[in-house]
Amino acid sequence: MRTYLTFLLRCFRLSFVGDYRYYAWMFFLTVLVLFGINAYCKQLVYGLATTGMTDQVSWGFYIANFTFLVGMAAAAVMLVIPVYIYRNRELHDLVIFGELFAVAAIIMAMLFVTVDLGRPDRFHHLLLRFNFPVSMLTWDVLVLNGYLLLNLHICGYLVYCAYRKREPSKYVYIPFVFVAIVWAISIHTVTAFLYSGLGGRPFWNSAVVAPRFLASAFAAGPAFLILTLSALKHFTTYEVPAKAFMTLRNTVAIALSISMFLLGSEAFTEFYTNSSHVASATYLFLGLHGRTALVPWIWSAIALNSLAMVLLYLRKLPVLQAACVMLIVGIWIEKGMGMIVPAFIPTPLGEIVEYLPTRNEILVTVGIWAAGLLIYTILVRITVPVLSGRLTYDQPFVAARDPALFAPHPSSEGVVR
Amino acid sequence: MKDLQIWNGPSTSASHVEPELTRRSFLRTGAAAIGGMAALAAALAPLRELASDEMPNLDQFLQKHYKEMSPAEMEQALERIRNKVEERYAVRPHLRDVKPMEGVEFAYALNLSRCIGCRKCVHACVAENNQSRSPEIQYIRVLEMPRGTLDVEKGNHHYDRPTVPNADHFYLPVQCHQCASPPCVKVCPVEATWQESDGVTVIDYDWCIGCRYCEAACPYWARRFNFAKPNLPKDQLNPNMSYLSNRPREKGVMEKCHFCLHRTREGRMPACVEICPTGARKFGNVLDPKSEVAEILRTKRVFVLKEEVGTLPRFFYYFDERYPNTLDPEALAIAARLREEEGDSYGCLPGAAGPRRDFIAAAKPAWWIGENA
Repeated sequence: MRTYLTFLLRCFRLSFVGDYRYYAWMFFLTVLVLFGINAYCKQLVYGLATTGMTDQVSWGFYIANFTFLVGMAAAAVMLVIPVYIYRNRELHDLVIFGELFAVAAIIMAMLFVTVDLGRPDRFHHLLLRFNFPVSMLTWDVLVLNGYLLLNLHICGYLVYCAYRKREPSKYVYIPFVFVAIVWAISIHTVTAFLYSGLGGRPFWNSAVVAPRFLASAFAAGPAFLILTLSALKHFTTYEVPAKAFMTLRNTVAIALSISMFLLGSEAFTEFYTNSSHVASATYLFLGLHGRTALVPWIWSAIALNSLAMVLLYLRKLPVLQAACVMLIVGIWIEKGMGMIVPAFIPTPLGEIVEYLPTRNEILVTVGIWAAGLLIYTILVRITVPVLSGRLTYDQPFVAARDPALFAPHPSSEGVVR
Repeated sequence: MKDLQIWNGPSTSASHVEPELTRRSFLRTGAAAIGGMAALAAALAPLRELASDEMPNLDQFLQKHYKEMSPAEMEQALERIRNKVEERYAVRPHLRDVKPMEGVEFAYALNLSRCIGCRKCVHACVAENNQSRSPEIQYIRVLEMPRGTLDVEKGNHHYDRPTVPNADHFYLPVQCHQCASPPCVKVCPVEATWQESDGVTVIDYDWCIGCRYCEAACPYWARRFNFAKPNLPKDQLNPNMSYLSNRPREKGVMEKCHFCLHRTREGRMPACVEICPTGARKFGNVLDPKSEVAEILRTKRVFVLKEEVGTLPRFFYYFDERYPNTLDPEALAIAARLREEEGDSYGCLPGAAGPRRDFIAAAKPAWWIGENA
């Protein structure tokens, strides 16, 4: 227990140690978080009227980002599956970075739901009258929290074992890994069911929503991991095997193809049938009655995804990174502005009210993303030295030697037992 | 021993660790911490603008779900609300919790041949149910429909007033259909909305967490959200109110039509029925075979909107088979008279089409300048 507390203390102190780039990055993120907190306080005072949402478009940017991030969290399994099912040992340690990102992404997703609530002060009502299993939102609360705990357990256990220089006991984590694989699929499926179960919203009421969500998530998530591993490779001495990039690239390429295929299937069914249900899709892709706010968004998404699709096949790391950035942005648009917002336009009574996020809404959104990246950076910053054996229980904790970077508390003399 | 400079920072030797440097950096850490706290305090500053009566007090925080409250607890909650209303509106309200009547199931029937699109129901509803006036929340939306279709996408929500009713059009008022299989109730994560035994779907405004899932689920666009603190002038408050219907709402909760249950459960008609100048709206107990709605359901070719979504509405429409091509001439005559009597105010739709966020600009926060959503 004492060793574990020491471990946590060391982790805490380690998160304040780094070179000037680390400090600059963390300072930058902290400033964004503060701006986000400030914007959220304004929203608390004036209400959700500070957002671009209306009774007509009652979910917007927040729920869009929530949906995207649930997908990103689910995508951690795309590293887990090759390692634990196909026994690809080289990627073993990298799995943790995927799972850590799942932790950060789930926290972000939960924050997005929270800021979308009109009465966050009544959050405890969820515990008192939980409409399970009827409401899909209660399913989402369960699976997201469960997934968060699973990943915290797996990562925490593996990192702590490395810290104690112990071989992890298979019985303590392998079963959870397999549960987490199924669970990851479930979180995004449940999130898709949240939308596809609504008969009053024909744009969402399609069986292909869940597969589409999974496919696009399995493209965007591993793409983000490629960028993370690139950052590790660039900024740290951590060894990232080249094979990791190739494995992830293949995953991204396949998932992106499936995602685009499903988008095409959806578009075909809507436009060829050309029933009255096509209105939202028409609004999204072509504009309806001269209203075209979403048209540039969706076509940018399609252009970015198509270009990324081609670039993925050029075997160069910088090109791969560029492709990853493109497709993350592309899928973020497709699932957010392209999936959540058009379902509300036109309304079930046929009224067309357009939606664009306000500045305050964007600041809250940016703040949450910054908070998530802050959490992820700290998690990675702690994990890297532990996994590479430079921070273990029997080594005295010596922070970076430059005292400008880290000042130990006088009583600890820079050494913590 | 390896050092921890994994971020490839400039490597320095241990000889740099000197006591005064440590002290200086200790001070620096302290200064950073203080600066951080100051920045956080600055970020939280807008919270000072929260009105004190908007903060939930302990009683409200601990208040139970409607269905779990004992009669004594309900009375306590009612008393708290009465005091709050009195404090805000300087009127002691007649607030009570009206329960559904035995053997009653409400239904609504609307004669589309008699609706002249005057929107009196819209405004009577707002006046009756203490909705926010700015931004105005309206439970009823009247669509101007071209003849020959029931596709609401062909309807016009913002039709122009003086010419109403237009020839070759009919008027389709839509409000909560009080479905027998309500998707809004199904999706609510906290059971803040449910269907009562008389068929009315109600909301506990003190339980709703404001996630707006019900608003996304409703196929009739019947639910409204308080995006801002409701703005109801003191002299416009209707003091006849009940817990589940028209008591004033708070910011951040849902509301919707409840068939004026504070009236209808005491034997009166809903405000929209009472105001309708042509008698297009009919309301009553469908379980009573002698009631007007039961008679209409038996004898008219009624239909519901969006039958395909399977919500089983209790709100029925019908056309008068005597007038296949026009509105009822009697209704047209009433419309002509109203147009003459009321002039410009006839059929108008103040609030609904107007800017919804002006009130934030009116409060003049500098950070809002430039937003015109």
